[in-house]
Amino acid sequence: MAKKTISMRSASNENSAAVIEETEETTELINTATAETPEDTEGADNKEKTQAEAEDTSLPEAATEKPAQAEKKPFAGGTFADAMKRGVILENPVLRLVLGTCPTLATTTAASNAIGMGIAATLVLICSNTVISLLRNIIPDKVRIPAYITIIASFVSIVQMMVKAFAPALDESLGIYLPLIVVNCIILGRAEMYASKHAPALSALDGLAMGVGFTTALLCMGTIREILGAGSLFGAKLPILANQPILFFSLAPGGFFVFGLLIAAANKLSKKNNLPVRNGCGDCPAAATCSLSGKGGCK
Amino acid sequence: MNMIRMIVTIILAGILTNNYVLSKFLGICPFLGVSKKLDTAMGMSAAVIFVMVLSTAVTYPIQRFVLEALGLEYLQTIVFILIIAALVQLVEIVLKKYIPALHASLGVYLPLITTNCAVLGCAILVTEDFGSAAYGFGEGYLYALSCAFGSGLGFLVAMAIFAGVRKRMEFCDIPETLKGLPITLVAASLVAMSFLGFAGVVHM
Repeated sequence: MAKKTISMRSASNENSAAVIEETEETTELINTATAETPEDTEGADNKEKTQAEAEDTSLPEAATEKPAQAEKKPFAGGTFADAMKRGVILENPVLRLVLGTCPTLATTTAASNAIGMGIAATLVLICSNTVISLLRNIIPDKVRIPAYITIIASFVSIVQMMVKAFAPALDESLGIYLPLIVVNCIILGRAEMYASKHAPALSALDGLAMGVGFTTALLCMGTIREILGAGSLFGAKLPILANQPILFFSLAPGGFFVFGLLIAAANKLSKKNNLPVRNGCGDCPAAATCSLSGKGGCK
Repeated sequence: MNMIRMIVTIILAGILTNNYVLSKFLGICPFLGVSKKLDTAMGMSAAVIFVMVLSTAVTYPIQRFVLEALGLEYLQTIVFILIIAALVQLVEIVLKKYIPALHASLGVYLPLITTNCAVLGCAILVTEDFGSAAYGFGEGYLYALSCAFGSGLGFLVAMAIFAGVRKRMEFCDIPETLKGLPITLVAASLVAMSFLGFAGVVHM
């Protein structure tokens, strides 16, 4: 329980700026986050009139529902909660969709590293989702993947420089995995599946929710591995465990082992709560960028 | 003589002690995704070795002569990923035109490799390990290429072993909850543990 509360608190602190940013544009958030169709773009903010106009004309039926919803949810609390629930529980990128496995396994030897990695990835996710969503009508379809990669790589470089400047110790412990956020499937997957079809504010919210889900899963795993493998938590020694740490858990095999058991637990819980179990490429966010999706999938 | 010994050491380290998949956690997605059958595992590994060596061959000189010479090291990430993405596209086009047989066997895996962290990871790691601080260009380039090749071989070895393990697992009676990915990860854990036995065998 303790680690859950910590994770939620850290998540809310870290993202408070983003939340404020979103409340300024409440008009956009009235859409339900669960809507899958591009109808959401209908709610695109007034600043981007050029985009909104083009889509408004083609979607008259969604426009009729809009005013009623707007009155009901002036603060878009429902949308926010929905998106968070989706990002952290229903579609947790690590435990339910099994994306971004490399950083998950590599940076979770200590809880503090896990949080650092989670926050860095979340920042990149929010920024790249927002920018890709703003540019979604400008980027030609044929070169969209290279364009997304360039945008993501720019933000990764920014985050990398910031971490180097303000948290050199974290840079040291994350090492190669910090630049490797570029090839994290979660980020490209969200760009392709969500940001390229939704309005900027919704995409930013989606990035935030997915990032928090990623951070939560990483923290969960990092806590388990640090307690068992080093007998400490956030660097503080624990009374009995520190005398006999189980080295296995902080080495590579322990990473695979803990990750396997966590996924098993997540599967068990989803079955108990009748959540749909992932099958095939249908609900894989990377399906669009994956060449195996047309050939029966990878599993 | 010394150089040859160094190259052999680098390749052996890439396969056994510093295995990218099993000890550095690079390239886990294809390791878990396409290791179900031996032939697909081999196809993917061949493609990874090919792209890894090729991308290192291009990115290493660029790092030395462009980024470092102009003081642009901070652009490394963005430059490398773009080079790799472009290279993968180029390789696909060239293979399709001139060696269709090879394209037929590797083609499926090539687009996947752009987002394979082992390739970008290798390109970045060799500039750190064999960069201008310790080696001259010729020597460093040679070591960087052998490191890329050795790491690719390590990927192939891990994939081959794991494909075998997974094949055996198909006939096992696995508890309902662990079916699918969880048991695959636990098996990967055991394979990784066996590679821990090589620790200390190769001294760099």
